[in-house]
Amino acid sequence: MDTFAALAHGMAVAMQPMNLLYALIGVFLGTAVGVLPGIGPALTVALLLPVTYKLDPGGSLIMFAGIYYGGMYGGSTTAILINTPGESASMATALEGNKMAKAGRGGPALATSAIGSFVAGTIATIGLAFLAPWLVDFAVRFGPEDYFALMCVAFVTVSATFGDSPVRGLTSLFIGLTLGLVGIDKLTGQARLAFGIPELLDGVEVTTLAVGLFAVGEALYVASRRHHAEEKLEPVRGSLWMTREDWQRSWKPWLRGTLFGFPIGALPAGGAEIPTFLSYSTERRLTKHPEEFGKGAIEGVAGPEAANNASAAGTLVPLLTLGLPTSATAAMMLAGFQQYGLNPGPLLFAERPDLVWGLIASLFIANGMLLVLNLPLVGLWVRLLAIPQPWLYAGILVFATMGTIAAKPSVVELSMLAAFGVMGFLMRRFDFPIAPVVIGLILGPIAESQLRRALAISLGDPMVLLQSPMSATLLGVALIALLAPFVLRGLGRFKANED
Amino acid sequence: MPSENPVHTPARRVDRAGVVIAAALAVLAAVLVWDASKLPSTTMYGMGPEAMPVVIAIGLVILAVGNLIDALRGKLPPRESMDPKPVWLIIGGLALLIAIIGFGGGFILATSALFVTTSAAFGRRAVLADTAIALVITTLIYLAFDKLLTLSLPAGPLERLL
Repeated sequence: MDTFAALAHGMAVAMQPMNLLYALIGVFLGTAVGVLPGIGPALTVALLLPVTYKLDPGGSLIMFAGIYYGGMYGGSTTAILINTPGESASMATALEGNKMAKAGRGGPALATSAIGSFVAGTIATIGLAFLAPWLVDFAVRFGPEDYFALMCVAFVTVSATFGDSPVRGLTSLFIGLTLGLVGIDKLTGQARLAFGIPELLDGVEVTTLAVGLFAVGEALYVASRRHHAEEKLEPVRGSLWMTREDWQRSWKPWLRGTLFGFPIGALPAGGAEIPTFLSYSTERRLTKHPEEFGKGAIEGVAGPEAANNASAAGTLVPLLTLGLPTSATAAMMLAGFQQYGLNPGPLLFAERPDLVWGLIASLFIANGMLLVLNLPLVGLWVRLLAIPQPWLYAGILVFATMGTIAAKPSVVELSMLAAFGVMGFLMRRFDFPIAPVVIGLILGPIAESQLRRALAISLGDPMVLLQSPMSATLLGVALIALLAPFVLRGLGRFKANED
Repeated sequence: MPSENPVHTPARRVDRAGVVIAAALAVLAAVLVWDASKLPSTTMYGMGPEAMPVVIAIGLVILAVGNLIDALRGKLPPRESMDPKPVWLIIGGLALLIAIIGFGGGFILATSALFVTTSAAFGRRAVLADTAIALVITTLIYLAFDKLLTLSLPAGPLERLL
């Protein structure tokens, strides 16, 4: 079969000694940065982007794969040991995992999350390898209007449908879309929202935005509420290894978590929160030890962790085949591609199969490396967690600004970084979601150029959006997804009144 | 707004910060329309560069109204009390960093300034010790990235000594 040949070729690329080394460095750095409290995988990728500037695209994407998975693994370690999930996808893990650590079962909790991540990541990557070529065949027939409609679906689902408040989610998205307008219009060469500042002509840099919002914003937010409770680091006591019973209680949640995570991640809806919480509540319902839930049940760690990793591999499906990022992390990966002038999508599969399949193959390798590295190195990660807070955040900010200073050492760029930091702080304080801003910035200009291309082909007739059945269906889906939360909320209020 | 008094907002009261957010969105929409109005429309078929800003501005106005309604109903999520001092310290550190880079002070001095202010914001009082730590760490970072990874970081008086 084609996929096997392509995958075998990718393996040959990924197994080159230099690429193996890149994967190893990526996994190591990704875990080391991801393990720091408050740093999720998206920020890990953003902070480490400058490290890969000087590499060739193949090597740097392979390092990325390692950073991505390493950052996720590091995040769950933090969630288990100090109960500060770096991102909402690890929240379910923190629920039971931190309780296990408090009860002196931190070792098995870390082990089940590492092995579960490996199992889920491997199965989901196989899913990616087989689903991707099929989707690519489908996507080559997409016209610009279909792409535009698809991005509308992503916009709505990412910001409105699954958030707490559709109004706040959409507000975040539109701020991102506004930032995406800044700079020279690619089709006519005219400057928009540049206000005569030459640095703004190139547009807003995705890494500047992401690092500002995630790193600077987080540091400001944590500093502003330091007088609230301090987090406590749970030492890892006792054996690291899982008992026979732990294995028996873990393997089914791993598989069920994968089944939740991969399909939901692969939909252009994004978000790992839904599969992780679905998995958590399912395990809670199916467990033979319901009394342990809330006190540290191993199923509650195994399932959500598997779901989290599987959905991360799932988000790579729309990213690689359609160029559609559906999570902040995927948006950062897209920024990594763009740094080399590469645009993920069906064409990339045809033009650079070595790159795409090398990346997919190195996902397997990174996963395997994490399994071998992480449990023995857990002592090192715990020591990283013990860095005193003042130095930790000071160091994070030095690294965060270093990325910008290395890329563009200008006063304007650094001021933008600081301004985005303040914005990230205010958004956290007033509970606006942050990922939609990043998605809006990166997808907004693409959606605009697809729409304008579609309208140029149709000589300005907007009906072209409805004449293509694909585009009409997708726009319908986007509209339903936009209205659903408002309607459901209305129904909820109605029901509440009735009770 | 960081300078604003920290208040626990009880439900069903006008949320002043929410009104400010709504106003800011409306201002942003006005800026978009103003900027788009200055673009000459040259496109023959389809959309010109001025169309999308107007569409986004309309969206922002609708969202400003939505945010205003939430604020007037006092429906914003509850906020915890906050301490504005560390926030201003870190912002001051960022300003210092930008100034030092702007005046050619170099990477080491600039990031050391940010390191010391941030660590003070998180409650450290040992400024001299932190300055020493900061200088050592940022020098190591400079050497690792400038010499090993050949990223070009801005050089000032200290960097030229290395």
